[in-house]
Amino acid sequence: MVDFAGWDMPVNYGSQIEEHHTVRRDAGMFDVSHMLSIDLTGADATRFLRGLLANDVAKLKETGKALYSCMLNEAGGVIDDLIVYRFGDTDYRIVVNAGTADKDLIWMQARLTGDNLDATLTPRRDLAMIAIQGPNALAKAALAIPELGSASAAPAHFVGIRAGELMIARTGYTGEDGLEIALPAARAADTWDALLGAGVKPCGLGARDTLRLEAGMNLYGQDMDDTVSPLDAGLAWTVDLRDDARDFVGRAALQANPASRRLLGLILEDKGILRAHIKVFAAGGEGETTSGSFSPTLERSIAFARVPLETQPGEEVEVEIRGKRLKARTVKLPFVRNGKALV
Amino acid sequence: MSNIPTDLKYTKSHEWIRTEADGTLTVGVTDHAQEALGDVVFLELPEAGRKVTAGEACAVIESVKAASDIYAPVAGEIVAANDAAVDAPESLNADAYGAWLFRIKPEDGTDLAGLLDAAGYEAEIAQA
Repeated sequence: MVDFAGWDMPVNYGSQIEEHHTVRRDAGMFDVSHMLSIDLTGADATRFLRGLLANDVAKLKETGKALYSCMLNEAGGVIDDLIVYRFGDTDYRIVVNAGTADKDLIWMQARLTGDNLDATLTPRRDLAMIAIQGPNALAKAALAIPELGSASAAPAHFVGIRAGELMIARTGYTGEDGLEIALPAARAADTWDALLGAGVKPCGLGARDTLRLEAGMNLYGQDMDDTVSPLDAGLAWTVDLRDDARDFVGRAALQANPASRRLLGLILEDKGILRAHIKVFAAGGEGETTSGSFSPTLERSIAFARVPLETQPGEEVEVEIRGKRLKARTVKLPFVRNGKALV
Repeated sequence: MSNIPTDLKYTKSHEWIRTEADGTLTVGVTDHAQEALGDVVFLELPEAGRKVTAGEACAVIESVKAASDIYAPVAGEIVAANDAAVDAPESLNADAYGAWLFRIKPEDGTDLAGLLDAAGYEAEIAQA
């Protein structure tokens, strides 16, 4: 067990590598109750989010459709990355990281109040959350969760539905198909046991980290934070500048400061294990890894590296581990998607 | 409860030590250590001929979670490293007392009295 943003969380239940493979090949579950759901309702909810987030909620048409976005400070640094679900123009749910939840709420409330907008933020600390991930996640979850009914009743990709006291979303942090289910905390233990009974295996924070790394998904506080622009962190695709009239926080800073570095994948060709903060020597200059570990799917070490803009995928580079120069190769992210190696 | 054979010596930093017939010491990491490290995926072992001081970091074990230094239990010269373990790092998880890491020829006059016996090591990890 480790302390994670004040939550006691298991790194692994058994073998971390086995947990990883279970999610790639079958179905695993993670207790992600540390993540905070925040309900947002009110006449100005849409206006508020369009000013708050670097991605644009106006592109959410379908009910329950989810959007991944950064919330930036005025300097263009990432306060948090989050998912927002739109149930209507006056009705949203936002899911934020555990470590940033308190500062996020203060930031959001200050903007609501400062702009005198008609909307209410309700943090849902009464909710637990279980992520069920893997190719068999939907079929097995349907056996354990009455509100889901059947696998075919699951919401579409990146959509959330409200079902009784649950919110069931087709989202995740592993690069596999699966669900994230928010439910009353009082029901969490029984639901976990029912999922166990349906053959879903418990997985810890350790497997969650190697899965998201293979899937090319950033981890807040490691791959970006409030001093890093999303443009330098591989998140330019989440910044929506199309509507000139939309003046979201951080927009001016992003437009004044174009990307100075890029985030690429790194595969270690020599033996060893990449970790965060390892120096990278590319033809165009030096860089640094932001996350790194052993990839159970590729059976070699991989990392994210923040490197000079001119560095291209497929370039041979060197890294320095314990004073030794080792060979590595840059690749486009992700490394793995839906159980298949892409590199 | 982890396995702590009574015929071995131990360190507080979780190495086990076996005295061989020729006077060399075989060093590995304990079952308790492999359990805490989790899946081991990479080993960096010292080369034969390297002189080490007592307590010197001379090998690295990397699990999926983290990198950990392994320390020489006494001063001396490395006489062998276990290449089979380098090729199969997961053998440390499967058999911590079989998958040795390196052998060390202690300096003349080395006193092993500072090492823990099984009961001493068990008390040590019970405190942690």
